[in-house]
Amino acid sequence: MLLEIKGLDVDFPTRRGTVKAARAVSLTVEPGEVLGLVGESGAGKSTIGNAIMGLLEKPGRVTAGEIVFQGQDIRGLPEDQMKKIRGDKIGMIFQDPQTSLNPLLTIGEQLVETIQKSLGLREKEAEVRAVELLESVGITHAQTRLKAYPHQFSGGMRQRVVIALALAGDPDLIIADEPTTALDVSIQAQILDLIKGLCRSRNLGVIIVTHDIGVIANIADRVAVMFRGEVVETGTVGQVLGAPKHEYTKSLIAAVPRADRKLDRFTSVDYIEGGAKPFQRIDVQTHWLGQAQDLKSPEGTAINVRNLELGFTLKKAIRRKNRVILKAVDDVSFDIREGETFGLVGESGSGKSTVARCIVRLYAPDGGVIRVMGRDLLTDPRAPETRAAKRSLQMIFQDPYSSLNGRMRVMDIVAEPMRSFGLTSGERETRKIVGDLLDHVGLGAEVALRYPHEFSGGQRQRISIARALASRPRILICDEPTSALDVSVQATILNLLKDLQDELGLTMLFISHDLPVIRQMCDRIAVMKDGRICEVSENEALFSNPSHPYTKHLLDLMPRMDLLQPAVA
Amino acid sequence: MTEHTEDVSGKPPSLWARILDSDITYSFLRTPSAIIAAAITLLAVGAALLAPWIAPFNPFDPSQISLWDGKLPPAWAEGGQPQYLLGTDNQGRDMLSTILYGGRLSIIVGIAAVCLGMVLGVTLGVISGYFGGMVDAVIMRFADVQLTIPGILLAILINGIGRAALPLEFREEFAIYVVIVAIGLTDWPQFARVTRGATLVEVNKEYVQAARVIDLPGWLIMTRHILPNVMRPVLVLATIGLALAIIAEATLSFLGQGIPPTTPSLGTLIRVGNEFLFSGLWWITFFPAIALVVLVFAVNLLGDWMRDALNPKLR
Amino acid sequence: MFAFILRRLAQSILVMAVVSAIAFSLFNFVGDPVNNMVGQDATREDRVRIRQELGLDDPVLTQYVRFLGNAVQGEFGLSYRIKRPVDQLILERLPATLELVLVSAVIALVLGITAGVYTGIQRNSWFSRFILSSSLVGVSLPTFIIGIALIYIFAVYLRWLPSSGRGGVVDLGWWKTSFLTIDGWRAILLPALTLSLFQTTMILRLVRAEMLEVMQSDFIKFARARGLSERAINFGHALKNTLVPVITIIGINIGGLIAFSVITETVFQWPGTGLMFIQAVDFVDVPIMSAYLCFVALVFVIVNLVVDLMYFAIDPRIRIGAQ
Repeated sequence: MLLEIKGLDVDFPTRRGTVKAARAVSLTVEPGEVLGLVGESGAGKSTIGNAIMGLLEKPGRVTAGEIVFQGQDIRGLPEDQMKKIRGDKIGMIFQDPQTSLNPLLTIGEQLVETIQKSLGLREKEAEVRAVELLESVGITHAQTRLKAYPHQFSGGMRQRVVIALALAGDPDLIIADEPTTALDVSIQAQILDLIKGLCRSRNLGVIIVTHDIGVIANIADRVAVMFRGEVVETGTVGQVLGAPKHEYTKSLIAAVPRADRKLDRFTSVDYIEGGAKPFQRIDVQTHWLGQAQDLKSPEGTAINVRNLELGFTLKKAIRRKNRVILKAVDDVSFDIREGETFGLVGESGSGKSTVARCIVRLYAPDGGVIRVMGRDLLTDPRAPETRAAKRSLQMIFQDPYSSLNGRMRVMDIVAEPMRSFGLTSGERETRKIVGDLLDHVGLGAEVALRYPHEFSGGQRQRISIARALASRPRILICDEPTSALDVSVQATILNLLKDLQDELGLTMLFISHDLPVIRQMCDRIAVMKDGRICEVSENEALFSNPSHPYTKHLLDLMPRMDLLQPAVA
Repeated sequence: MTEHTEDVSGKPPSLWARILDSDITYSFLRTPSAIIAAAITLLAVGAALLAPWIAPFNPFDPSQISLWDGKLPPAWAEGGQPQYLLGTDNQGRDMLSTILYGGRLSIIVGIAAVCLGMVLGVTLGVISGYFGGMVDAVIMRFADVQLTIPGILLAILINGIGRAALPLEFREEFAIYVVIVAIGLTDWPQFARVTRGATLVEVNKEYVQAARVIDLPGWLIMTRHILPNVMRPVLVLATIGLALAIIAEATLSFLGQGIPPTTPSLGTLIRVGNEFLFSGLWWITFFPAIALVVLVFAVNLLGDWMRDALNPKLR
Repeated sequence: MFAFILRRLAQSILVMAVVSAIAFSLFNFVGDPVNNMVGQDATREDRVRIRQELGLDDPVLTQYVRFLGNAVQGEFGLSYRIKRPVDQLILERLPATLELVLVSAVIALVLGITAGVYTGIQRNSWFSRFILSSSLVGVSLPTFIIGIALIYIFAVYLRWLPSSGRGGVVDLGWWKTSFLTIDGWRAILLPALTLSLFQTTMILRLVRAEMLEVMQSDFIKFARARGLSERAINFGHALKNTLVPVITIIGINIGGLIAFSVITETVFQWPGTGLMFIQAVDFVDVPIMSAYLCFVALVFVIVNLVVDLMYFAIDPRIRIGAQ
C-alpha cells in the first residue's frame, strides 16, 4: 500500500459557519495504479490533494483522520519534514501550465534547482538528469530547450515541463489536479497517455483529480466519486461507470452527454438540482411571449452567412510584410433554416465564437454578408425593419459569472431588452412579464429583487436565458452555454433550451467544443478549423460517417465512453 | 466555495440588511484601526464643517481679536490664559479657533480637488477604455505626458499660472478656486489610468456584450453597466487621493503659493508659525501641524483598509 | 528588441515635444513678456523695438521652432528678474540639487526595498507590523513638516546640525560638491533624510504589496509543492518577479524626488534648482519656469528610458519573443 487515507475531515471555518470540505474520506492508492477522484465543483476533490501535501489554503485545516504514506502518518508533520516529502516522495501537477512556471527563469534553471534540492546532485549532474527528464516526457532537443523560457513553449509543451518538474525529485506518488482541463482536446489525450505511461513505467501511484468523466474513463484504474465532501462510491472504472451503485453516481453518469446516439432529453437528474422548481408552462397562444411575431424569413432561412471574412492584427508593423494577421474567419458560408438547431463545433481558436460575434454585430466583419431573417443588419441600421430583425436575435453567453451585471437586480437585467426595444405598454406589464419569464425558466418570480451574486452558476444561466427571451427572439445564439457548468447542471440547462425551442419554435445556433453535447443538441453541424468550415452534415451522418479527415480526427479524440452503462431506452 | 443550487426563495433582504451583512462591513467591524480612522475622519470633518458654530472665537472678526493677547502660550503652560486653550498666534488670534477654521478650508479644498480630478479622470478613463483606438491613444498619451511632470510641481505651476493670469485685486479672493483647480487638474491622470484599466476588463465581460447585442446605445452602456462596476478601485484611489490632496494644498500654502494668510488653511498657519519657531513660540506651528498630520493619517488609514478589504485576492 | 527601443524613443520625443510646447506657451500666456523685460514705464517706441527684437510679431509656429532650436542648445534667454542667462543659472545650481537627490535616492532605495522585502516575507512578525504602521505615518507626514521637525530637533534644540545651506563645498571647477568635506555631509544629512522619508515609505509599501501578490501566484504554489526551501522561494522566485513592477515605480519616484526637492530646498534654504524655481514662480520669471519644466521632463524621460532597458535585462518575455 503506497497511500492510505483513513477518515479524513477537512474544515474551512468561514464567517457564515464552518464548511466541511471533506468528511470521513477514506482512500487507498497502490504503486503503479491511477486513482481517479471525480466530482463536481465544491465536492472537495482538490482539498484532498492539498491536504495530502500539507498545502491546504488558509483557513482550511485537517480536523480528523490519518494520511498514511509508505507506512508513516504524514498528517501534521512539522514543516521541515514535509518539505522532504514534497517533491521527493510526492509530486504535484497543477491545472494551468500558463501560470505554474516562473516566467523569469529558464526551464533548465527551474529543473536543476528542483533536482539539486531533492537528489543532492552537483550542477552538471543535475543538468544531465534534467535532459533525461525532459526526454522522458516527450520533449525533443532537450539540451537546447534547457535554456528556453516558459513563454517560448506552447500550452501542451508547458504541461510536459510541469510534469517533468513534478518528477524531478523521483517521487513515488503523483497528484495531478485537473491536469488537462486548460488544454485542447487533441493535447489532452497526449498528456493523459503520457501520465498513464509514466505511471506504468516508473511504478508510480497517481491520483487524478478531475470533474471530467471522460478523463476518468480514459486513464483511471479505480475511481472514487465525491459529492459534497464525501466519497460516495469507490471501485474499478468498469464497475463504477458501468454499474454505479450510489444514486448520485447514477444521475451523474446519466447526465454525461453521449456521443453514440441522440436522445430526446437528458435522463432525469433530479438528485442534484433538488432546489429547481417545476417548469411553469406558459400558454404561448395567449401570452405576450408568443405575440407579434410578424417577421417572416424568405424561403425559411433564418440566418444566411456568405463569404464571411475577419482578421485580427496580432503584430502591428509599419511595413506590410512584417505585420502578422490572424485570419480568425476565412471565407465562411452557411445557412440556418428556421426552427432548426445548427451546431458549430471546433477546437479553441477555430473561429466558431468569432462567427457568432459577427452575427450579433459585436465584431464588424472585413468582408462578406450576413442576413438575419433576410435583412443585412449593417445597411440602414435605423430602419424599423432592421431593428425588428436585430430584436429577433439573442445570445446566451458562456460564463454565467461574467454575463450578468453584478450591480443590477435580476428584475432590471431581465427587463433591459424589453425597455430598450420598447416592447411593453408600460412598467407594470414589464414587471409582470419578467415574473412570468423567471417562472418559466424555473426560478420563480420572487427572485426578481435579488442580485446575481446570490445565485449559483446554473441559476445564473437560467437568468441569462430569461433575459434572452425578453426581446421575444426568433433566433437564439448559444456560445458554449454550458461549458462553465457542472455536468449535472449542464443537463438541466440543455433540457431547458430544448423545451423552449419546442415551445416557441426558436431557431438556434449552438456553438461548442464538446462533440457529445453537439451530438445531443443539433440537427445539422458545421465543423470548423483555423477559421474555415471543413464540412456541414446532418447530425447522424456526421457521427456515423464523417467525410472530412479533420472530423474523423476529432471523433477519434473523443474520450472512450463505452464503459458507461447503456442508456436507458 | 460550494457550488450547488442556492436557496433564493423567500423575501430578498432590504438594502440596509445587505449593507449590514456585506463583507465590507464585516471586515470594517473587525479592524480596530479602520474604526478609529473612520471615527477620527468623521470627527475632523464634523469639527471642520461646524467650525463657525463650535469654535470659541471667530478669528476673522477683528472685534474679537486683540493684539494685547498675542503670542500667548497654551493654557496649561506658564503665562497661558484659560480662554485660549492652545494659545494665540502673533496677531492675538485663538489657535484652537484658527485651526478649526483652517482645517475646514483644508478639507473643503481637498474634497473639491479630488472630486474635480475624479470626475475628469473617470469620465476620460471610461471613454478611453470603452472606445479604444485613436480616442484611447490620444487621452492616454496626454495622461502619460502629464505624469512625466511630478504632481506637486505641476500643481505649483498651474497654480502660479492661474494666479498670474488673474488681475491683482481678485488674487486673494479666488486663490482657493485656483488651488482646487490646480490640484484637481494634477490628479486626473491617476483616476483615468485606473478607470481605464478597470474598464478594459469590464468591456470584455459578457454582460457588456449582452448589452451591445440588444443595441443599447454606448452612453447607456458606459453609465449604467460599466461605471458602477469600475467604482471600487476609484473609491480607494479617491480616499488615498484625498490625503494627498490635503497634503498638496498644505504644501502649496506652506510655499506661499496657496491660500493667503487672511483666511488661513492649515498649511498657511504652519508657514506663518514657522517664522516664530526659532524664537521659541513652538505652539503656533506645532498645533496646526499635528492637526494636519492626524487628519491625513486618519484618511490614509481608512484608504489602506479599504484597499485591502476591496481587494478580493488578499482576503 | 531594436523596435522596442525605437518605440520608446519615439514616445520620449513626443513627451518632450508636448512639454516644450507648454513651456513655450508660458511665454505667451503668462503676463506680457515686454512688460516683464523693461518694466511698466518704458516708452511706446521702446516696446515696439523690443517686440521686434524678440520676434514676437512672427507667426506662433515660427516662434515655437525658434524656441525649440534654442532649447535644444540649452538656450532659454535671460531671467526677467536676475537678468542673467537661464542656462548658466541652472548649471550653477544643478550640482546642489543632484547631490541632494542622489543621497535621498540611495537612502530611499536601500531602506525601502530591504524593509519591503522583510515585511513581505515575515508577514506576521511584530516587527513587520511595526514597520508597516510607521510607514503609514510616514506617508501621512508632509515633506515640509518633516523638514521643520528635523530642523527644530537637530538644529534648534540639540544644535547638532546646521539648519540651512550646503555647508562647506569644494569647487571642482565644473561642479561644486559637498561630498568632500565633513561640513558638507553634515549639511546634506537633514535635507536628504527629509526628502527620502516619503519615498522610502512608498517604496516599502509597494515592494511589500507586490511580494504578497506574487506569493499568491500558481508558480509559487508549485514551487512549494516541489518542496523548495523558503529561501529559494522568497529570493529565487518571488523577489525577481516583484522587481518588474517595482522598477517602474522607482523610475516615477526619482521624478518625485526632484519634485519634492522644491519643498525640501525651500525649507532648508538649499541653494539648488528647486529653490530657484519657487522664487521664479513667485516673481513670474517665465524663462526660468519654462527651462525648469523642460529640465524636469528631460530627467524623467531619461530615467524612464533606463527603466525600459532594465526591463530588458530582467524580463525574458520582452527580450525574447515566443517561438
